[in-house]
Parts: sequence; structure tokens; C-alpha cells
Amino acid sequence: MTKSDQKRFTQAIIRKGIHGHTMTENGGEYRERVLTMDTMNPNVKRVEYAVRGPIVQRAVQIERELKMGIKKPFTEVIKANIGDCHAMGQKPITFFRQVLALCSYPDLLEDSKFPEDAKSRARRILQACGGGSLGAYSTSQGIEMIRQDIARYIERRDGGITCDPDNIYLSTGASDAIVTMLKLLVSGKGMSRSGVMISIPQYPLYSAALAELAAVQINYYLDEDNCWSLDISELQRALQEAKKHCSPRALCIINPGNPTGQVQSRQCIEDVIRFAAAEKLFLMADEVYQDNVYADGCKFHSFKKVLFEMGLEYSEKVELASFHSTSKCYMGECGFRGGYMEVVNLDPEVKVQLTKLVSVRLCPPVIGQALLDVVVNPPQPDEPSYDTFIKERTDTLAALAEKANMTQEILNQVPGIKCNPVQGAMYTFPRIHLPPKAILEAKEKGQTPDMFYCMKLLEETGICLVPGSGFGQRDGTYHFRMTILPPKEKLKIVLAKIKEFHQHFMEQYS
Amino acid sequence: MYRLQSLAARSLIAGALDQFTPLKVTSITGVRHKSQGPSVEKRGQMRFITAEAKASAGRLDGKIREKTLTMDTLNPQVKAVEYAVRGPIVIKAGEIERYLEEGGTKPFSEVIKANIGDAHAMGQQPITFLRQVVALCTFPELMDSPSFPEDAKLRARRILQGCGGHSLGAYSASPGVECIRKDIAAYIEKRDEGVPSDWENIYLTTGASDGIMTILRLLVSGKDSSRTGVMIPIPQYPLYSAALSEMDAVQVNYYLDEDNCWALDINELHRAYQAAKLHCRPRVICIINPGNPTGQVQSKKCIEEVLNFAYEENLFVLSDEVYQENVYAPDCQFHSFKKVLYDMGPEYFNNVELVSFHSSSKGYTGECGFRGGYMEVINMDPEVKAQLVKLLSVRLCPPLAGQAAMDVIVNPPQPEEQTFKQFHQEKSSVLGALAEKAKLTEQILNAVPGIKCNPVQGAMYAFPRIFIPPKAVEEAKALGMQPDMFYCLRLLEETGICVVPGSGFGQKDGTYHFRMTILPSIEKLKVLLGKVRDFHISFLKEYSGLE
Repeated sequence: MTKSDQKRFTQAIIRKGIHGHTMTENGGEYRERVLTMDTMNPNVKRVEYAVRGPIVQRAVQIERELKMGIKKPFTEVIKANIGDCHAMGQKPITFFRQVLALCSYPDLLEDSKFPEDAKSRARRILQACGGGSLGAYSTSQGIEMIRQDIARYIERRDGGITCDPDNIYLSTGASDAIVTMLKLLVSGKGMSRSGVMISIPQYPLYSAALAELAAVQINYYLDEDNCWSLDISELQRALQEAKKHCSPRALCIINPGNPTGQVQSRQCIEDVIRFAAAEKLFLMADEVYQDNVYADGCKFHSFKKVLFEMGLEYSEKVELASFHSTSKCYMGECGFRGGYMEVVNLDPEVKVQLTKLVSVRLCPPVIGQALLDVVVNPPQPDEPSYDTFIKERTDTLAALAEKANMTQEILNQVPGIKCNPVQGAMYTFPRIHLPPKAILEAKEKGQTPDMFYCMKLLEETGICLVPGSGFGQRDGTYHFRMTILPPKEKLKIVLAKIKEFHQHFMEQYS
Repeated sequence: MYRLQSLAARSLIAGALDQFTPLKVTSITGVRHKSQGPSVEKRGQMRFITAEAKASAGRLDGKIREKTLTMDTLNPQVKAVEYAVRGPIVIKAGEIERYLEEGGTKPFSEVIKANIGDAHAMGQQPITFLRQVVALCTFPELMDSPSFPEDAKLRARRILQGCGGHSLGAYSASPGVECIRKDIAAYIEKRDEGVPSDWENIYLTTGASDGIMTILRLLVSGKDSSRTGVMIPIPQYPLYSAALSEMDAVQVNYYLDEDNCWALDINELHRAYQAAKLHCRPRVICIINPGNPTGQVQSKKCIEEVLNFAYEENLFVLSDEVYQENVYAPDCQFHSFKKVLYDMGPEYFNNVELVSFHSSSKGYTGECGFRGGYMEVINMDPEVKAQLVKLLSVRLCPPLAGQAAMDVIVNPPQPEEQTFKQFHQEKSSVLGALAEKAKLTEQILNAVPGIKCNPVQGAMYAFPRIFIPPKAVEEAKALGMQPDMFYCLRLLEETGICVVPGSGFGQKDGTYHFRMTILPSIEKLKVLLGKVRDFHISFLKEYSGLE
């Protein structure tokens, strides 16, 4: 065989290889791989993440099919599966982007089109970066000046309760910080394996992380009949049951709720803190939707503030980590992966371990840190960008509030759909009635009934939602999660289509 | 290092039992970690070292309320993690910096951090074109600005079209933006002279570290003697040992040959593999080429041998190629594992499972802060690949600005484009300076008695061997410290120069090294090397008597 023959021969095989065939040119089987479903990490296999699960993969496929000209009963796929504001057309806050552009390309500091307040923010951030560049690593905990700014922001938010910048850790989105904290908390074997209490329904990052860490997931159910509120007696029940087979050590709360949209009352938070103190549980408060509160009479209360207002007995002993992010609220800057956590009452030696652990990943993206800095340090009334900033922020939040209300109203008009008020966050999680015939058909297909429902909805309308089973729900109940993020006009169409689909679905299976 | 760590640990633990507190007398915060790695020794059933548990329990006495999360209840695998590049010496350097800022006096006026490959922090300027594209993506109103070149605008528009809502603020698909994955595949094909690269095999990551951890996570399984063993070079970049500790995998060390320019010797691979087989299941081999911290560039022949070894022994190959642009020695050339595998013929190319890693942090761009990176996955079982995608999706997506930076690196200005000349000039000036500094570092260090430095053929570090007199070794041990840690701390205290002790990377028993970057500007580097020389000579004098 000449050299060029050999090359052609090789390429023929490669082409086959790349297309995933398992036969070699001469018909022999490939040898067994090192990494197979049998040999891979079993904890990874157990991980599930519905928000980007099978339904979303199918949605992407359908999008490709549409592009290829395949006819469908719809012209576009609407992804209401994930809280991705900009993808749904929300505009970035101009001031934030100006500062980030200035930091990325400091020559722009000479450009007269950029306002002075943006320039002064950018200069300040760059001065705190190694070599005055976003391209240098920061300290692993995050840029010190930004941690100071965050601490002051938290103090303002919490009515003056002190916040120590050394307790702030910047992260690659809130998910990163949540996984890191859980990683610290998981230990023990058998009966003494760490148990972590999570709400059901939950944001599946929690269940995914616990599966990967081989921790014990302890479910406590939110009360759907009572606006998804958290009931302390349910916490007690879940804890007592779990104590029989694991060592419960942490309690996770999502407030405002994802996917459930409830906003916790101050009273409820106090009760949770008392419970955690009595049961020696480490508290994890996921507060990434803290600016997303829409319902009259609801208000966001941070766990930190409530904890400190409960007196020294609590504020000196309850261990708390709370999380925030640039991805939600009015910013919606998911792609920058900015986030932070504040740790309170963490054992000083454990804190050293935390710092060591985050140092292995070097640092969170510096541009995400810069963004966080402007979020916590926005234009002030005496600054040139103030009016525009306030207008943009108010418009975004007002539109969200309107859409929250609209979603709830329209869905509740559909027979067989029942939707709690969307008090906060970015989702509705309505309960759907599924006829027994549909449940049967789903089971025959090996699908959960709500997955079956959502798949059908996707195939028939192009609307991509996430089935409730991906978040957890009481046995025999079915839900889906949809975001309230599409622009108002589009949202109306989405809701109308769901209504029509649901009615048709009920007819078909009743 | 595994073996070395256990040895070191045994001696430290022995010390702890004899005197109870020697680990805490030292003023260096965090030095305690150093004693905690070694429980890896127990392979797959790693638990607390009893001596330590006792020590912590004693410490808790007298506290009003025991916390939920303490050193006793902390995840023991987290405790076992060590990461010297940002370890105790760097923490100490930070303290000294603050002390100087507050007006304190030292025999020096600034701390020079030569501990980490952080090019921009050392004054390297960003590549203009890359930053223009990132700025345009961040604030698209700039598309109308005449001060930005058309080729930058073209890139930015293309990237934004690939983003949800045409915004860097949207999540991307978890494997990364599709058009960027395609650009990367095209770049790899070009680099590898036409060897095909499928864009669906490309996954963007949050820096290369993230990709390496993710792949290792997939690979670790089994219990006790069937626990996954991962072969890593010694000296290694400590991300590997840290990740393996965290995952409770078995670290299998193969030693690079210092006398032979840190070359990888295939016999040593065999030795390490056979020895490891007795207590674990070796399933993975990691290679860093060009080497970190050792700076060697692997020959094509050596890579062939490694791949053949992996093929014969059925090992999954991780090839860390983040320094692929950083080759300085005139007789050296970078060969990608993928290309060599292809050239070895279909039996190899269709079978050996290979993941190779790249990053925006090194090369000539040095954009560490953006946390851009990617990996190419070859021959992965399709079902496992689905698991990989699922695992990545939990973390949603890598930072978009980092993805954009990566796109510019794989798709730089072309000769016919407006910015080509400037880009080319900036790139060559960075790489030219690095080559010069590599040479300079090696030469000056080798002129110091008691320091021996292999040529820095590539990457960004020198890893010289240092002679530490027995008296200094003894003094270090009395302080519960590794001798090279002792040396580096003295160097830091006396000169303000922050380098990382060799023990953080692993080294042959009884040898001592440090890692320093070659990144400071030439003038500063000269001063730095002069100070290292003076320090070393006086250190030798102090501890050798008349030697």
C-alpha cells in the first residue's frame, strides 16, 4: 500500500468512526472502551437535570428540523423552559454593559460617548485587577474591592446589619457556590452519611448536586394548597423520618421559590431559623430572585437580616450561607456567570478549607465579578446615568410583574389547570389534571405522565416547558414549569396555545 | 507524589504525636493542609488520620456550641485536597503585601509573585484585537463606532448571532455556542494538517481546569482494589492531585526524568502501571505537554510511545495542551496527541479514547480572567457522551465572554484582513519576549552554585533543582515543614520573591526544587534572578558552614 493509499484508507475508517459506527473497516467490532456506562462513575449516572433534559434536547432537534424546511404545525420553538431573560428578548441594562466594555477595552476610557460614572466604575475595577487587566486571575475568593462593595450592598439591603467582606466569596454563577458549599457538607458513611433537606418542588441543581456527591436527599414538601408555603410541621416530619437512615446536616431554602414562585413571609423565615437552630442544621438560602417580587403584600426578607434580628442566641450560632447571582432579577445576565455567597458563622478552620477548595479552580470569571460590582454599586441620583438606569430597571421589573399576573390569570381560566399566584421569581408551576387514559398511555411509553404531556405540547405547538417530575411533586399530581419571560405579546400567544392544547388533550383522552 | 506525601505525612504525624503541636507553632496559615493529603494512602477508603481527629476534638473543648460544619464533620476528601500554587506561601505573600501597604518595612519594597502563570498581572498587554471583539460583543452599540476595525466587528457580529437574543447575557447551550465550536474544530483541523475534527466533539469549558475535572469525574468509580487509578507525571500541575483527592481516586505517579530534560520514559510508565495494578485499577493517563512545571516539550516519538502504551494497557488519555503555543527551544516543536494518534493509523485512531484540553489563559493571549477553554473528546462511548452533556448542563454553561475570547484565539485576523499586521506584531512580540526570558532564566540560574535548571523548552516556568544543605533540611523538619517550603519562605521573607516549593508539584525523594514563572518583564526578571542567586549563595553559606 502506498502512503496515499494508506491515508485514504485511514480517512475512510475515520469517517465511519466519527459517525459513530461500531464496526471497523474489516468488519470487526471495536475493542471495548475504557469508559463505558458500566465503568463510569455511578454517581454521575444518577444525576438528573430536567431544565436541560430530554425535552430540551428534542426542542433543539425540532429547531434544526424547522431550519431544514420540515413542516410543523408551528414556525418557531419557544423555549419557556429556562430563566434566560436575554434569550427571550429582555434588553441588558445599558450602564452595566458600558462598564464592562470599558473594562474589556480600556482604550474606550478616552471615548467621549461613554458617561463619566461608567468610566469611574471601570477605572476603579481595573485598578483592583492584577496588571489593571480583566485578563489576570483574581484571588480565588474574588477581588477584594468587589467583596467590599458587596458587603456594603448587603448592609444597605439589610438595614445596616454588618457584613464582613471576608465572608463574601464570588462564584461562577450561584450554582457554583451552592455545589461548593454542599461539597464541604457531605461526609460519613451508611447511617452517618450527610442528609440535605430540600424543598419539593425544588430547582434540580440541588438534586443533581446531591446525586453527584452521593449525599442523602431529604424531601420536604411545600404546601400547594397554601400558595406553596413552607410548613414547619412538614420540616419536622421529613427530618424525623430521615434521621432513621442518615445524618441530616443541612437545610436548603429557595426564596423566592423556584419553580414555585412563592415569597416567604418573615414569620416563616423565623420559624425555619428556629428549626435549624434546634436541629443543628446548616442553612443554605438561595436568594437569587431577591429583586423579583411582584405580588402586593409580599416582600423579600433576607435570611441574614431575619437571623440577626432574632437576637444573639441565633445570630451567633446558626451557620448560614446565602447565594445571589447576576443571572436573575432585573439584570438577567446569565451568560456572564457572576454570583456570590455570604457565609455567616462558618467555623474559621472550615473557612480556610473553603478558600483552599475554591483556589483549585483559580478564580471566578473576572468580567462576571466586574458585572456584580456594578450591580451592587449602580448609578446614584447625582450621577449622569441614574435616570436611564432607573427607567430601564423599573420597566423590566414592571413588565415581569405584569406577565406574572397575566400568566396566572389566563392559566386559571383553563379547566383542568390550577395555578398558584406567581408572587415572585420567574416561573409558574401550574398543576395540570391528566385523564387516566393519558396516564396509561404515558406509562406504556415508559414516560412520566407530565413528560408525555410536555412532549406532546412541544410536538404540536413548539412550546418547550419542563415537566413537574423534573422538580419533584406529590405522588399522583402533575405540573409543568414555564417561565414568564417571553415578551407580553408572545406570552399571550403561548398561553393561548397552551389553553387550546390542554382542552384538546382533555377531549382526546377523556 | 503519593508515596512521597505518605512518607512526609508519616513523619509529620509522628511529629504531631511526639510533640502534639508542631504543626501549629508555625506562623504560616494553612500549613495544616500539607499533612492532610496523605490519607490517599488508604486508597478508596480514605478516612481521618486519627492523630488529627484527636487534635481537632481537643480544640473544640470550651466552645459554647459545636458547629454543624467543623473540621471533624467536613468532607474528608475536601480536607485531603492540596493546591500549592495558591497555597500557604501565596497566603503569606499576600500578608506581606498588605504589611508593606500599611507602611511596614522589609528588606524589599515589593512582593514579586512568580508563583502563578498570570501573564497580565506581570504586565503583559492583552492582544488588542481580542479585546476589541469582546468589547463589541459586550456593548453592541460600538458596532457603529468608526474606531473599531471591520474584521473585529465581523467576528463580534458572528458571535452575537450565535448567542440567544444576540446577547452575551443569555445562557449558551451547555457544550458552548455552536458557531464557536465549529470555529474550534476548523482551527484544530488546520493545526493538525487536515486531521478531521468534528465540532460535536468540542466542549467549551470554564478554563481548562473545569474540563479536566469534569472528565476525571466521569472516570472515577469502583471501590478498594477496583478503584480508578489515574497516572500523572511527577512533577505535575497540582490541579491533578487536588482533583484526584477530591474525588477519592487513586493517584498513580510516574516520574519524569530530570537528568534527561524531564523527558517521559516509557519504562517508568510500565513500572508505575505495574506497581499500581496491585492496589487499584489504573484506567487513565494524564500528560502535560508542554510540561508544567517542568517546561519540557515532548518529541513525536515519545508521544507515539505513550499512545502505544495507552493502547496496549487500555488507558483513557487526558492530554493537557494548554501551552501548545508556548514552545521556545529552536529544536522543539509541539505535536498534538490527536495528530500523532491519527498518524499511527486507524487501529489507534479509532480506538484510543483521548480528551485534549486548551485554554485562553496561556499561549500569547494570557487571558486567565476570562476563564475560556475547550476540550476535544475522541472515541468516547456515545452513551457516556450523553452523560457528559448532562453533567455539563447542571452548571448551565461556560462564561460567554470566555467563549468569545476563545473564538478569537481560534479565528484570528487573516493576512488579507485589516488588523492582521498589528495582531501578528503583538503576537510575535509576546512570544519573542517569552522565548528570550526562558533562555535568560535557564542561563542565570545555571550559573548559581547549587542550582541546576533544565532548559525551559516551553510553557511558562522554570523548575530548577536546588541543593539544600542537611542543616537546613533538619531545621525545616524541626519546624514541621518541607525543606523546599522552608527555603521558599525564607526567600519570600528576605527578597519578596514568591515562588512555589517543588513539594507542591511532587519530586523524587531527597530532591528539592521550586517553580517560578518566566513572566516578569525582562528587566524585572533580571533583578529577580539576581536576588535569587544572592539569596541562594547566602543560604548555602548560612547552613553549610565552610562547605
